[in-house]
Amino acid sequence: MLKNRIIPCLDVKNGRVVKGINFVNLVDAGDPVEQAKIYDEQGADELCFLDITASNENRNIILDTVKKTAEKCFMPLTVGGGVRTIEDIRNLLLAGADKVSINTAAVKNKDLVKESAEKFGSQCIVVAVDAKKVKENKWEIFTHGGRKSTGIDALKFSEKMESMGAGEILLTSMDRDGTKKGYDLDLTKKISNLVNIPVIASGGVGGLEHLHQGIKIGKASAVLAASIFHFGEHTILEAKQYLDSKGIPVRI
Amino acid sequence: MSITVIDYGSGNLKSAAKALETAAENLNLDTKIVVTSDPKVIKESKKIVLPGQGSFRDCYLGIKKITGLEDTLNEFVLVKKKPIFGICVGMQLFAKTGYESQETKGFGWIDGEVRKINNMNKKLKLPHMGWNEIELKKDCFLFSNIKNKSHMYFIHSYEFMTKQKDCIVATTNYGNSITVSVAKENIVGTQFHPEKSQKNGLIILENFLKWEF
Repeated sequence: MLKNRIIPCLDVKNGRVVKGINFVNLVDAGDPVEQAKIYDEQGADELCFLDITASNENRNIILDTVKKTAEKCFMPLTVGGGVRTIEDIRNLLLAGADKVSINTAAVKNKDLVKESAEKFGSQCIVVAVDAKKVKENKWEIFTHGGRKSTGIDALKFSEKMESMGAGEILLTSMDRDGTKKGYDLDLTKKISNLVNIPVIASGGVGGLEHLHQGIKIGKASAVLAASIFHFGEHTILEAKQYLDSKGIPVRI
Repeated sequence: MSITVIDYGSGNLKSAAKALETAAENLNLDTKIVVTSDPKVIKESKKIVLPGQGSFRDCYLGIKKITGLEDTLNEFVLVKKKPIFGICVGMQLFAKTGYESQETKGFGWIDGEVRKINNMNKKLKLPHMGWNEIELKKDCFLFSNIKNKSHMYFIHSYEFMTKQKDCIVATTNYGNSITVSVAKENIVGTQFHPEKSQKNGLIILENFLKWEF
């Protein structure tokens, strides 16, 4: 039976790991390659690097980080953040990423998803959907780290991305990100039920019960978290044992 | 000795090459891992690894595009009978025909077809992505020191369907039973990615390196 995945996410800026609270107040916490190795040893199912380097001149640093990680960790690696062109995707894949996550660029240019899925295969194209609740049962896509509203409906957008060839959706609730209050379960469930590609729940994990909710209630195929693993509150194994005790199929 | 990872423009081959190097180090083998599409180098290799990412069609057309590569692979596998390990779409290419995007001829080394996984009326998500348990169907060197029901990492939407049941080494369950490893004489393949399956994956690569056919 296919297992639900637990994915630790590392926010990387200028080659260093950070985790922001609502994308500000960044706390520097280490070398991404070392962190990746720890998660590999702990049995993480996948790794996710989110590159939040703002300046263009430092953008190539992530390629080096990806390269070094892929040489040490023989596990799936997803990289996102600032991916704008086919060339960006190609460079990340060649550096050793297995999947590339496209965010703002997918909103601006839907053909990028289509073209890249045709070129590299749907299996390596993840679309990052950053959604904010605007009223009851209505979520909109926000770009630029959650600062810019687009007016685009998150559900319709997710469906569209699937039809364009996205192989997976990385769904982040911008209302919950950094709050430790748990995933936006309504949103997660709605999108998971709507699309036939896997959905990764993201944004808001403060405890292991939130991972359980994301899978059980949100129907997510995978759950992503950063700070609870990163600051040593929980190990990946603890998370898996917890989920296992709740009857969620995980790989231990 | 040298092992060649066939480079025909199908995504990142570094992971596969690096994992093979690590497997060789683990075994203290003095094996050179080469990544190339050069027929001359391939001919002189002891074993080859055929990776594959993207669609069956793109992969096969990618091989055909490189002068002499298709013939070299056929000779290596069918005439010289030297070991080949196909990974993911690399294994799927062993089949006679693939049906991804449109009907495409494969190598036909194993009698089979590659068709879309039945998603059970949309009950199952595709791609089949993540860690699934494998069911070992018969003894095969590739899985020595691998426990039955071990987890491997998968990412695919199409499956290898073969009529040559004796070639099926391992299956997994995703709605239906799916063939995830085949073996026929000097030909072996896995649908999952050993280079992404952490320790178990490295053991499989070690087994391939140790194999004397």
